[in-house]
Amino acid sequence: MNREDFPIFKQDLIYFDNGATTMKPQCVIDSMTDYYSNYTANAHRGDYDNSMKVDVLYEGVRGKVRKLIDAKDASEVVFTKGTTESLNLVVFGFMKNELKEGDEVLLTKSEHASNLLPWMELEKEIGIVIKYIPLTEDNEVTIPNVLSTITDRTKVISLAQVTNVIGDVRPMKEIGEICSQRGIYFVVDGAQSVPHRKVSVQEMNADFLAFSGHKMLGPTGVGVLWGKKELLERTKPLCYGGGMNTSFESTGDFELKEVPTKFDAGTPAIAEVIGLGRAIDYLEEIGLDKIESYEQELKNYLLARLKEVPKIQIYNEKTASSIVAFNIEGVFSQDTAVYLNHYHICVRAGNHCAKILKEQLGVKNTCRISLYLYNTKEEIDELIRVLKDAEHIFDIVL
Amino acid sequence: MDSNLRREIILDNYQHPLHKGLVEEEGYQKIRTNNSSCIDDLMIMVKVEEGKIKDIRFDGEACAISTSATSIMIRNFIGKTYEEAKALLESYEAMIDEKPYDKELLGELNVYDEIYKQPNRKKCALLPFRAIHQILEDKSLFNK
Ligand SMILES: Cc1ncc(COP(=O)(O)O)c(C=O)c1O
Repeated sequence: MNREDFPIFKQDLIYFDNGATTMKPQCVIDSMTDYYSNYTANAHRGDYDNSMKVDVLYEGVRGKVRKLIDAKDASEVVFTKGTTESLNLVVFGFMKNELKEGDEVLLTKSEHASNLLPWMELEKEIGIVIKYIPLTEDNEVTIPNVLSTITDRTKVISLAQVTNVIGDVRPMKEIGEICSQRGIYFVVDGAQSVPHRKVSVQEMNADFLAFSGHKMLGPTGVGVLWGKKELLERTKPLCYGGGMNTSFESTGDFELKEVPTKFDAGTPAIAEVIGLGRAIDYLEEIGLDKIESYEQELKNYLLARLKEVPKIQIYNEKTASSIVAFNIEGVFSQDTAVYLNHYHICVRAGNHCAKILKEQLGVKNTCRISLYLYNTKEEIDELIRVLKDAEHIFDIVL
Repeated sequence: MDSNLRREIILDNYQHPLHKGLVEEEGYQKIRTNNSSCIDDLMIMVKVEEGKIKDIRFDGEACAISTSATSIMIRNFIGKTYEEAKALLESYEAMIDEKPYDKELLGELNVYDEIYKQPNRKKCALLPFRAIHQILEDKSLFNK
């Protein structure tokens, strides 16, 4: 779908690692070049034309994000470097002041490192207690398992809507409801969901949502933390400096600007924010529903064809996203990836930053294929052709 | 080295590595070798006794290069004194780094003499040897 919009595909390249990052359409690249070539200026600073234009465009992207994730107000959209920084801002800017020793935070073993390590650090700093919601045999989160892990001390549930290793889609709406009934904060890692499907923070009853621009056709170096206004008002910035204060005195008194500008200390990633805005437009021009159903069709095709290949083990056949994790029997995942690379096929080998999932899956490392809108059935055919030939794998990799 | 022979030795050591599986026994130094830029993760245990490397064992998940290199390392370092192990290690690392090295001394370890052609896999070939490095750091182990 829309493959011709992506200049990188002029190369001989089959890119199946979209969970890691995504390719950029020409319009996103152009929007950033346009800023650098034609109207470079800082944001929030000047009274001249280019600066005012930058201001309007930069702030305008908050509105695009608001619409994309169905938030109430554009002022609830904070720009960060990406999902990782967004989650750190939730944990150290908000939770650190709200939680007390013994308060429980529920996670799962298939979370990304960026939804685990900040909590583990907070556990060391203030003595919160991390608990893992048990996963089913298929590594999924179920409502009964959520309910049975909740206690009187549960204050937070923090989950990826779609996980990056096995791509299971969590029942967020139901979990959000449980949280709001019990006064539990609900933090959503949207890194693998926002790029691929319609997401509504209101429908999910989320309190915070984090995602990254580079995984949704946008540039690196920019991401979003959305939070409910009253929670963002109670969130302390992690970074202090110019642009975020209204006044300050040599006595040390200063006053912060309102949400979201209080999180914009220093010059933000202006070109990247503008590029993210263009990526959102692009995704919406196609339609996220359409993207989701196209990916689904591709995934079903991929699964059906993978089964033709002898000695392939698939780990997540039942999951609903467009991520497929597999291994070739007797071959270490990295060797498979090196082999596929020989044919310009990019897949990811490893534990995908979910290092503790091995306790659950029983295998530490898999090859991961994560699809996106520009992938095609022809690319899958080529993958299958190469995999069927895998008895020669060591002639290639050694 | 003939490339078919090279591949055969590597593959054989990958598929049937020597001394895979750790033991619960006193007297071993345990070294975990993993690499932030790579997913290989091996636990290696080395026993030094009477001035020589008496035994080496390992376990873990790693690629064909790392696993075979571990197996071949084990084959070639058991029985070595401090000086012998040091010379062998230095020669091996020089080979991987494309520096002059003692080809004769390396014997079977020469199977990785072309790994420089795949620069991103050098680290795989070097990974298990960190265990030897660590053992050699404490010369007193060899004086007991
Ligand atoms: C589920 C999930 N959460 C968080 C992240 C971290 O995103 P970033 O590296 O853009 O901060 C990723 C990226 O791989 C992810 O897949």
